[in-house]
Amino acid sequence: MISRDFTADEMMTIAASRVLSNEDVCFVGIGAPSAACNVARLTHAPDITLIYESGTIGTAPDVLPLSIGDGELCETALTTVSVPEMFRYWLQGGWVTIGFLGAAQIDRFGNINTTVIGDYAAPTVRLPGGGGAPEIASASREVYITMKQSTRGFVETIDFYTSFGHGEGGDHRQRLGISTKGPSLLVTDLGIWRPDPQTKEFTVVSLHPGVTRQDMQDTVGWQVRFAPELEQTVAPTVLELEVLRDLKARTKAAHEGAARGAD
Amino acid sequence: MSKFVELKEAVASTLKPGATVAFEGFTHLIPHAAAHEVIRQNIGDLTVVRMTPDLIYDQLIGMGLVSKIVFSYAGNPGVGLLRRLRDAVENGWPRAIELEEHSHAAMANAYEAGAAGLPFAVFRGYKGAGLKEVTPTIRSVTCPYTGEELATVPAIRPDVTFIHAQKADRKGNVLIEGIVGVQKEAVLAADKAIVTVEEVVDELDAHPNACVLPSWTLHGVCEVPGGAHPSYAHGYYTRDNAAYLEWDRIAADRERFRSWMQAHVLNAGAADFAARIKPVEVTS
Repeated sequence: MISRDFTADEMMTIAASRVLSNEDVCFVGIGAPSAACNVARLTHAPDITLIYESGTIGTAPDVLPLSIGDGELCETALTTVSVPEMFRYWLQGGWVTIGFLGAAQIDRFGNINTTVIGDYAAPTVRLPGGGGAPEIASASREVYITMKQSTRGFVETIDFYTSFGHGEGGDHRQRLGISTKGPSLLVTDLGIWRPDPQTKEFTVVSLHPGVTRQDMQDTVGWQVRFAPELEQTVAPTVLELEVLRDLKARTKAAHEGAARGAD
Repeated sequence: MSKFVELKEAVASTLKPGATVAFEGFTHLIPHAAAHEVIRQNIGDLTVVRMTPDLIYDQLIGMGLVSKIVFSYAGNPGVGLLRRLRDAVENGWPRAIELEEHSHAAMANAYEAGAAGLPFAVFRGYKGAGLKEVTPTIRSVTCPYTGEELATVPAIRPDVTFIHAQKADRKGNVLIEGIVGVQKEAVLAADKAIVTVEEVVDELDAHPNACVLPSWTLHGVCEVPGGAHPSYAHGYYTRDNAAYLEWDRIAADRERFRSWMQAHVLNAGAADFAARIKPVEVTS
């Protein structure tokens, strides 16, 4: 049963959750990717392996973690390994099928910036930086990205190449000696994008319910390309929404525990 | 000789101004009490190393004790940006700091190289990444067997590493459980390592493959219950998420930051941490 009562944010998370399967070994970025991965686990992909960079493998959190190292992740994991082991054996070793990332800025080729806005040496805004993302983007067999569309985030030229997507497009990854597929899917609050097979430029393949081509263009800083046969994303089902809202409610309750001690 | 010392003495006897120091902990077991002791002793001009510098590095930087930071993710996890670090980077307040920025994979490999006694770490990384252009210590080697170009970073060898752990036995052997992060590597890579623990017990009762640091790898062990707060200690207390959210407001304003530091760090001591935690129910 399809619901008509949902937000663009909920549509984004649910659309992103649908692309994951039981067979995936998914390296999960915090925030929007984490919500999508756990909705997948709680609906159609109960056997998906979720990995967080803190070392937790096969985790099944009851509430969404506030950080990548919350105790919940370790308590529900199949096993917890050290951080060097996580990056050396599991990520660099090639076991991760999907790296699921968010971003502050993205360009049309799926290159990501989470480092600085402005010049690196004298930034307008100093962002947290890449963390695990530079190698998640190069070592995962493919990369999914989820983030909200806005002209601030979807820019013609990113200020810093935190994580390499398709570079200048085409075979740029191969030219740098990167053998993995790179960004193959972008799910936003307005639609679903996939890279053109040749140019690697992200192309809109599906619009979420109620979203127009103009809405897509208005929130993106480059000339948007649309697939010849544009689809419409199936609206969230009642079950998907229920799972997502329950998860968010449990998360909110868990993280708003009374402040103690520190102030 | 007993490994057990007061935190105050452990800090005073190991950490000198201008030293390179790592306070490690990957969200879990962050050595807050040790960092606060360093702030109270006003040990400055430090090069601070950590994969995920969060509140304690925001505090050290805001108090003007840091000249350089080596890091791979500088954020308040799940909350946002580090506002004292931003003020230092964007406005030079209270002093400008030098950044040496890496990825997590690079830092993890660099600690491991430090622990292994190697001069540098080699890994498949930084492909197409902008950090290569701004961090001069990121270099490369050509694999002598395959010809593949691989990234290198120098080993991390801190003068002092501080970590927090669950427990020590009476000889000073230390057990770390849960998310173990890079603490073992950070300890073995350091010239001297200081561990604060939740408690001292007769037996560690450790699984054969558990993460145990023998006492002879440590310079000192300090019993500081609650010493990771507002981070958490698996099996002892949970993460005080509200405190992390509150920090975003405290650190947003220079004056509010200073007065918070005065009240909760400068006018406090290691013994105050025990009252800041709410122990988890132990079920057996």
